[in-house]
Amino acid sequence: MRVVLAEDLALLREGLVSLLETHGFEIADAVDNGPSLLKALVDHRPDVAVVDVRLPPSFTDEGLQAALEARRRIPGLPVLVLSQYVEQLYARELLADGTGGIGYLLKDRVFDTAQFVDAVRRVAAGGTAMDPEVISRLLASSTRDTPLGRLTPRETEVLELMAQGRSNAAIAEQLVVTERAVTKHTANIFAKLDLPVTDDTNRRVLAVLAYLNR
Amino acid sequence: MSGQLVSENPWQRRLRTPWRGLGLWFLGIPATFVGLWFITVVSMVTSFVGILLFPSATMLLRRRLDRYRGRIGRWTGHRIERPYLPQPDTEPGFQGVMRRFIALICDPATWRDYLWVVADPFVALFTAALPAVLIGYGVWGYLLAGFAGKLIGDHGGNDWYAYVHVHHGYGDDPAQLVLTAATGTLFIAAGFLIGPKMLDVYGRWGQAILGPTEKSRLALRVRHLTETRSDAVDASAAELRRIERDLHDGAQARLVAMGMTLGAIEHLLDRDPEKARLLLAQTRESSAQALHELRDLVRGIHPPVLADRGIVDAVKALALDHPLKTEVTGDLPARPEPPVESAAYFAVSEILTNAAKHSGASRVWVDLRYERGMLRVTVTDDGHGGASLDNGTGLRGIERRIGTFDGVLALNSPVGGPTIVTLELPCALSSPKTSPS
Repeated sequence: MRVVLAEDLALLREGLVSLLETHGFEIADAVDNGPSLLKALVDHRPDVAVVDVRLPPSFTDEGLQAALEARRRIPGLPVLVLSQYVEQLYARELLADGTGGIGYLLKDRVFDTAQFVDAVRRVAAGGTAMDPEVISRLLASSTRDTPLGRLTPRETEVLELMAQGRSNAAIAEQLVVTERAVTKHTANIFAKLDLPVTDDTNRRVLAVLAYLNR
Repeated sequence: MSGQLVSENPWQRRLRTPWRGLGLWFLGIPATFVGLWFITVVSMVTSFVGILLFPSATMLLRRRLDRYRGRIGRWTGHRIERPYLPQPDTEPGFQGVMRRFIALICDPATWRDYLWVVADPFVALFTAALPAVLIGYGVWGYLLAGFAGKLIGDHGGNDWYAYVHVHHGYGDDPAQLVLTAATGTLFIAAGFLIGPKMLDVYGRWGQAILGPTEKSRLALRVRHLTETRSDAVDASAAELRRIERDLHDGAQARLVAMGMTLGAIEHLLDRDPEKARLLLAQTRESSAQALHELRDLVRGIHPPVLADRGIVDAVKALALDHPLKTEVTGDLPARPEPPVESAAYFAVSEILTNAAKHSGASRVWVDLRYERGMLRVTVTDDGHGGASLDNGTGLRGIERRIGTFDGVLALNSPVGGPTIVTLELPCALSSPKTSPS
């Protein structure tokens, strides 16, 4: 699996390169600024891009802008955005085209190697990986929404994990319940929120995110 | 002529100004009495009674003349600021009285006030009140032509109306009567036509005498700057203390704890690897927590979206995290200077927090515009209203902080709602807008 990496701190860049290489990824290019990121993405068309939001030369949201632009040129290009902070506004912009293949994680998540690598694979496969912090803030600001208030605490937990992009199996493992139970919760959630039922995990996640992002 | 009277068309204004001018002239009646009292007090200055009474007489005069300032501002569009120099803080005892007396008697504005009281009745008669006088004279012409002229003539009276001689036989001469009525009509027409111009001239006179001189304007400006500078210094010192405390209690304490745990792990590594593994997980948790706290701190100092995208998107991001349904509209041609941007952002943030806490609103609208060198932010909520600057809602604090940038805050919150808070910050737009791609 070919990866393009953009990170301006050399130490972190080297770290990410070796981390991804040990897990069997092939690094197509590792860049340290916005303009060369866009060029690398368009030239290499990688299976997944791992991008830092803040990049030189302007040290603003250059990485995010380059990623969005690349996705405009190559629709559905999987991009995992890493950042020191997460913002709902940026999450919305990434999810706006509704095609999936999007990840938005805090940089600290890299500490948990297994989870991080899983997130990269998920994004590369067209799924989503949203940081728990984005999702919890999304839920917090959506509490005024009555259908969400009708969910049981367990269902809210499942919704939160689902919105992060986890599969049913992963949710079951995390909550220490059977996959069947998770499937049942999921069906309840979709019924309560009046969302169309689908078996496809990716589409299901996008539906939930779109619901929360209204 | 003014931005105040935009709701009036020129004809309405012509119809109304003569009576406004007359009203301004009548203001001179109470003002003259106050002026008499003032000069009486001045004449007693050689005795201590005069010194005791002088401040109150001056204040009485100032309040009286504030009515002129208000009306001239409203009717002529010549906005007149109060010209008075700042007064010393009130001190008890003889020294305080003397100090106040000297400050007031040395303020040129006090004497210009007196000049106004003495001169204005005459100036007003020939400017603001002139149209009404002309109209009155015109009406007198009609009365003469109608019946009064005949009465005067028949009783052997002798009078002139402009150039028309009213005497015996006047009432039976139709040519004279028509001439009188026509002249009266001309006077009335002239009165209405010159009304706005005369009121404008009067406004200038008011501005010259009642408004601040260059010197008092500077003195007032210096006082304002001194106040806002000390506010700014206080605010930044408080902010530094807060940051220091947050770092000390948060990230720093966690790093110390992590160091100690790592020491313990080193010891346990050989004897009890299982326990060491547990502690390692804990340490990782601690480091994540420390990062989280640092992130919150940075967000409080300089929010990332504000740095990346500027105030409109930063307020949009704020709205997304807000418990109330918040709609943000705004378009700025470029970004304001960073300090202004930051001040406006934190002001909006605090107003939104206030709205969530106190207003009982369900929706909030934020609008950001740049007009005539001002960044204008309007925050409207559909709550129960009744907010005031002083009932502990923190609006006074916001006002002080944007005061550093000569910003002003206006609150409009009738009981029953809605509440509208408007911020205006003068600023230049520095960096050109970068397109979002």
